[in-house]
Amino acid sequence: MKWPLFIACFLGMALTAEATAQDSDKAVVEKGRYLAAASDCAACHSVHGKPEYSGGVSFFLPMGKIYSTNITPDPDHGIGRYTEAQFEQALRQGIRRDGSTLYPAMPFPSYARLTDNDIHALFVYFRDGVEAVPVSAPKNEIPWPLSMRWPLTFWRWAFAPTPHKAITSTAGEFTDPLLERGAYLVEGPAHCGACHSPRAITMQEKALTAHDGSLYLAGGAPVDGWTPPSLRQENRTGLGRWSEEDIVSFLKTGRSNTGSVFGSMTSAILHGTQKLTDNDLHAIAHYLKSLPSADRTQTPWTYDTTITDQLHKADLSSRGARIYVDRCAACHRTDGKGYPAVFPALAGNPVMMQSDAMSLVHIVQKGASLPAMTAAPSSITMPAFSHKLTDQQIADVVTFIRHAWGNNASSVSAEDVRQFSRTMPPPDMADDAVSLN
Amino acid sequence: MGRTHVDAVIVGAGWAGSIMAKELTEAGLSVIMLERGPERTTPVEGAYPESIDELRGAVRKRLFQNLSQSTVTIRNTMDQTALPYRQLAAFLPGEGVGGAGLHWSGVHFRVAPEDLRLRSSVIERYGEKFIPDGMNLQDYGVTYEELEPFFDKAEKVFGTSGEAYKVQGKIVGNGNIFSPDRSDNFPLPAMKDTFSASIFRDAAKNAGYHPYALPAANASRQYTNPYGCQMGPCNFCGYCSGYDCYLYSKASPNVNILPALRQNPGFTLVPNAHVLRIDLDSAKTKATGVTYLDTKSRKEMSLSADLVILGAFQFNNVHLMLVSGIGKPYDPVSNTGTVGRNFVYQTITSSRVWLPSSTYTNQFVGAGGSGVAIDDFNSMNFDHGPLGFVGGSPVWVNQAGVKPIAAAIGAGGGGTPRWGSAYKNALINTYKHSLGIDAHGSNMAYRDVYLDLDPTWKDVYGQPLLRMTFTWKDNDIRMNQYVVSRIEPIARAMGATKMNLVHLNAGQPFDTRNYQTTHLGGGAIMGDNPQTSALNRYLQSWDVSNVFVIGSNAFPQGMGYNPTGVVAALAYWAAHHIRTTYLKSPGPLVKA
Repeated sequence: MKWPLFIACFLGMALTAEATAQDSDKAVVEKGRYLAAASDCAACHSVHGKPEYSGGVSFFLPMGKIYSTNITPDPDHGIGRYTEAQFEQALRQGIRRDGSTLYPAMPFPSYARLTDNDIHALFVYFRDGVEAVPVSAPKNEIPWPLSMRWPLTFWRWAFAPTPHKAITSTAGEFTDPLLERGAYLVEGPAHCGACHSPRAITMQEKALTAHDGSLYLAGGAPVDGWTPPSLRQENRTGLGRWSEEDIVSFLKTGRSNTGSVFGSMTSAILHGTQKLTDNDLHAIAHYLKSLPSADRTQTPWTYDTTITDQLHKADLSSRGARIYVDRCAACHRTDGKGYPAVFPALAGNPVMMQSDAMSLVHIVQKGASLPAMTAAPSSITMPAFSHKLTDQQIADVVTFIRHAWGNNASSVSAEDVRQFSRTMPPPDMADDAVSLN
Repeated sequence: MGRTHVDAVIVGAGWAGSIMAKELTEAGLSVIMLERGPERTTPVEGAYPESIDELRGAVRKRLFQNLSQSTVTIRNTMDQTALPYRQLAAFLPGEGVGGAGLHWSGVHFRVAPEDLRLRSSVIERYGEKFIPDGMNLQDYGVTYEELEPFFDKAEKVFGTSGEAYKVQGKIVGNGNIFSPDRSDNFPLPAMKDTFSASIFRDAAKNAGYHPYALPAANASRQYTNPYGCQMGPCNFCGYCSGYDCYLYSKASPNVNILPALRQNPGFTLVPNAHVLRIDLDSAKTKATGVTYLDTKSRKEMSLSADLVILGAFQFNNVHLMLVSGIGKPYDPVSNTGTVGRNFVYQTITSSRVWLPSSTYTNQFVGAGGSGVAIDDFNSMNFDHGPLGFVGGSPVWVNQAGVKPIAAAIGAGGGGTPRWGSAYKNALINTYKHSLGIDAHGSNMAYRDVYLDLDPTWKDVYGQPLLRMTFTWKDNDIRMNQYVVSRIEPIARAMGATKMNLVHLNAGQPFDTRNYQTTHLGGGAIMGDNPQTSALNRYLQSWDVSNVFVIGSNAFPQGMGYNPTGVVAALAYWAAHHIRTTYLKSPGPLVKA
């Protein structure tokens, strides 16, 4: 072999090796990007109109206001100085680089389940796949002595699982690989329980996995003015009548034949679940469908035509019926069936039958906008009614909806609506991004 | 600082512009779409119930052009001095994102194939001498068969409701027997007949005519179009024309195309951008970009582009060609030049029929595109020989929903008192028991009916206004009179107790004070001869080959059908040839 050819071959081999290394790095970055979407990092760490992951999203906690941090690789303002071990500690154990404990707004008790491989991919992504942004998030507004972080350490010791425990306690729980994947995604990165599981008075989730019993994903306390419904198989208030396809469509497009997204879940779909593969969405849906009802007393919902018949005969004697016909029926129809997946059905819709009417009242008060999704670009919008209807009228119409078509939830009073007005949510985080269509 | 460069600049964010933007971004081009008016979105413009405020909507004309900034001047004949059109009345051009596609009704026709080759067709049937002197009867230079795939595509994007007659040679339904073969059915079933439409259907059928459901871009069911954009179903609220549909049921660029376009990083929409001119090279054979005024900052901006698409309203496209120097302005005296030639309109007259007081017409319900029509007197569907005119009219009951103020203004019909108890009785009787029947017909082109730049009047930007020289001509007046005379027996069969048949009168000049239709056409027409058309059959300027001009400006004569369906199909047709031929080798697609 002549020298130049040999050198050329050698160079070629070297270049190929380098290209392979780059490709695999790229693959790791892409895997990390995917996991960051699955973990919905952006919902809390990105503000619309500002650089991605540069923090600044505010959270109202009982003791004050905190802001999410900059998690771009900037060394001074972000997490650029974190080693992979420190990154792992923050994610899975809630320990900052300086050793103090993170507020459990960061769902580290869920992330404890993340595998080493996934942690690595996320680390590489936040190092190489995200642009460093040299800005600091605003300072938390929590007055002393509540601002001291050391009590959080005790909280962590008491309530957060160690990664070892989180991983071993759930290992081998499912033989079906689809269920196993679904469980991993829901209980781990997607941290659905952070909102959808009830919390104890000491704020820890009462159950972190399906393994922990029927409180897991049985519906949570209000977050930002929205009451997260149960994701278990209750017939009326859970996902009992949602098919796997309905759940997949909901997580992919924010809309399905059984309901449309609103409130805080909007950004979870916009930044998170719409980016997941159909396989992973099916895994999530399959797993959610496997969680038995936490309320065995619920009678199955069946459509009741009484109200429909009344409205068709122009009988508006039911409380709230006239307001419903004037304000709601154009889209949701007198039969309450709406026009899925454009205008959601109210008949049989679990959100209508939640014991806590907060979400329903807030939708009526502030309206709701479906975000433009990659697979469903139309931003269908319901207008706000808080400046058009009195508290009494809202109470009446919401009560009407909660009683009609077989729905069987409690009545709502004007006083309830007044109370809910105090917690009327700020504009959806996604609103700015979606108002155009 | 260098000008921003973009692959394609599109002027106007209506149907034509939005379709072209979607097609060109799909082809991988970077696209900036400039819109003179403001951003408009359904959550804001369509917010219920403010969106159905008639005073704000149809009366104060919220979605229409602001004539205090720019308008046209109008005169009837060449010996008159034109005056500015200062109050919206006869026609209502749109302004803002969505353009006229946001405030339209939604009647979504294809075309009568013979209308595309009307000159050839008339000569074949009646001889060349049948064409009156001074009538510029011309063919489009494109056939129905060539356009069919693009009509089909547009219907699927618009979510059009209708009933087909013939699909792939087979009779499939109770549609319009005069309509040509289709490659596929309508994407949605026809809208339901209103009561008034149903009795017209029965009466027309009994009279031996062939009634059919109007094709409507009002969704009869919820629908997701090929772009993933969703529509809600129409509930016949009646707030279509002049309004942004709060139910997402009336097709508009805003509902059916822009949601998908806005997700494309290669697409930028710039509202409040009034285009002043297309910039040309010194030889005036190539466009280099456009200059526009940011109407908020009042700054003049400039973009460089390889391809310029004019997708503004019909007369704005012609105006931009004239002020930019694209092509040769038409001169009616020497009969030379093409830009401004064959300016056309439509003949529309609305008659009213009163039924017995036991019959309720429920005029408060309706939809802009719904109704029942007959085509027995449209296009070449009847024998013009003994009648001695060219053209025709569909006749229809298109109950679009009578709103309260409109009902009060229109009460009673001709000759009834305008005040007092007689007026009130007429108002109640008319609202409860009457219905409208329209003859919505063709208007031919004439040598002395045209568009040019006004020698006197200027807009606020200092540019000369476009001047319309237009009046009704004998051929079209007689056509209208004949078709309206055919309404009478149908109305009698419907059980009319009184009728007010309205038609054009001999010698009647065009009157700008009453609403007629916004279906203006021509002025920069397509054709196969650069001496008599400004654009070739691909809507490409014969003179400046990187300028395409999309809109009803391309129509050589005004047809009996509503124009939007043809505009959309022509946009997809032009886009197809840009994508498959022009982009590979930019230049004239037809040798001059």
